[in-house]
Amino acid sequence: MSVLILTLLIGLGSFAAGVLGALTGLGGGLVIVPLLTLVFGVDIRYAIGASLVSVIATSSGAAAAFVREGYTNIRIGMVLEIATTVGALVGAFVAALVAPSAIAIVFGLVLLYSAYRSTRPRVEHVTTGPPDRWAARLRLNGTYPTPEGRQAYSVQGVPTGFSLMFVAGILSGLLGIGSGVVKVLAMDQAMHLPFKVSTTTSNFMIGVTAAASAGIYLSRGYIDPGLAMPVMLGVLAGAMLGARILAGAHTSVLRRIFNVVVVVMAIEMLYKGITGSL
Amino acid sequence: MSGPDPQSRWTDEHVEMLVGNLLRYGVLAAAAIALVGGVLYLARYGGTHADYHLFRGQPAELKSVGGVIGSARTGDGRGIIQLGLLALIATPIARVAFSLLAFARQRDRTYVIITAIVLALLLYGLTGYER
Repeated sequence: MSVLILTLLIGLGSFAAGVLGALTGLGGGLVIVPLLTLVFGVDIRYAIGASLVSVIATSSGAAAAFVREGYTNIRIGMVLEIATTVGALVGAFVAALVAPSAIAIVFGLVLLYSAYRSTRPRVEHVTTGPPDRWAARLRLNGTYPTPEGRQAYSVQGVPTGFSLMFVAGILSGLLGIGSGVVKVLAMDQAMHLPFKVSTTTSNFMIGVTAAASAGIYLSRGYIDPGLAMPVMLGVLAGAMLGARILAGAHTSVLRRIFNVVVVVMAIEMLYKGITGSL
Repeated sequence: MSGPDPQSRWTDEHVEMLVGNLLRYGVLAAAAIALVGGVLYLARYGGTHADYHLFRGQPAELKSVGGVIGSARTGDGRGIIQLGLLALIATPIARVAFSLLAFARQRDRTYVIITAIVLALLLYGLTGYER
């Protein structure tokens, strides 16, 4: 296949991943590596490098809109970024030491878990009681806009959230994904943040976390410009379109379809990882 | 604490708005650079056979910040794409640097330290691996 045709096909596939990722809230980065490795036969190291770049693009693109709406809690984001960036650097170093088939197995498990989580209802645990000791010391409590004016929230479980963020960072550096599913888990369930705050703060952190490991991938030669270019532009354009049609779209059917795709990809990643045929 | 302080342009809300624009224009600039590089790259190599199946890594000039800038200056499509990707990686780093400045203006010592740690980790990721 010629470079031109392959570039266009990869760009189209990435565009579709970007649209679906934005519409379902799972993020396009999750399926870029399986798409590149399973469909286009790309080496998993190149695939992870290209995926990381696309994750930064969508996160920063979406964050611009979120930040202006005033939901993102920069203090929480910054504290937790210590955990995610250390994790991302660790993950990027580990990625060079382990076999591609081991990465494929971890990837398959994360895909399965993400699909499972997205079928569960998200439970909001907003608290207004006294905050966690660390939350008070670091002044993490905040307010967010609601139709009835600014609503205050009180932050819980900072040590647990911080630890989960370290895991999210490792997965991001190892697999080239945003790990949004683990980040939101940490902020919803451990720290009891309101959805809007946890989703937007998580999105803000995803770009910073991916940037930490992207530098290492670049200096190892894992970021191929000919491959990363169509992936980055495709996912970015797709995510922008997805965000635009999100208002008013019925996403439950779409989410179910996307989940089936994710599960099929997970099984194939696991199979190829276990048989070592990747 | 409540109500905007007209004396300061460094309130959290104002900083967040500036940051939003920084991110948006950073991403658009990076995408534009990568697109220009991509067109040049495809014009030159579009007809050749593609092979991403075997991992060979990248040549030295596409692996470091200095090398990428040098390669882009020669007008090489791959170098220009890589420059766009570097600009993209730099966007969240610039955002953290900007937050550091904002916390310093607010004389918030705890957050200056926290943000400086994050920035140091990011810069290490980008450059610390080069020898």
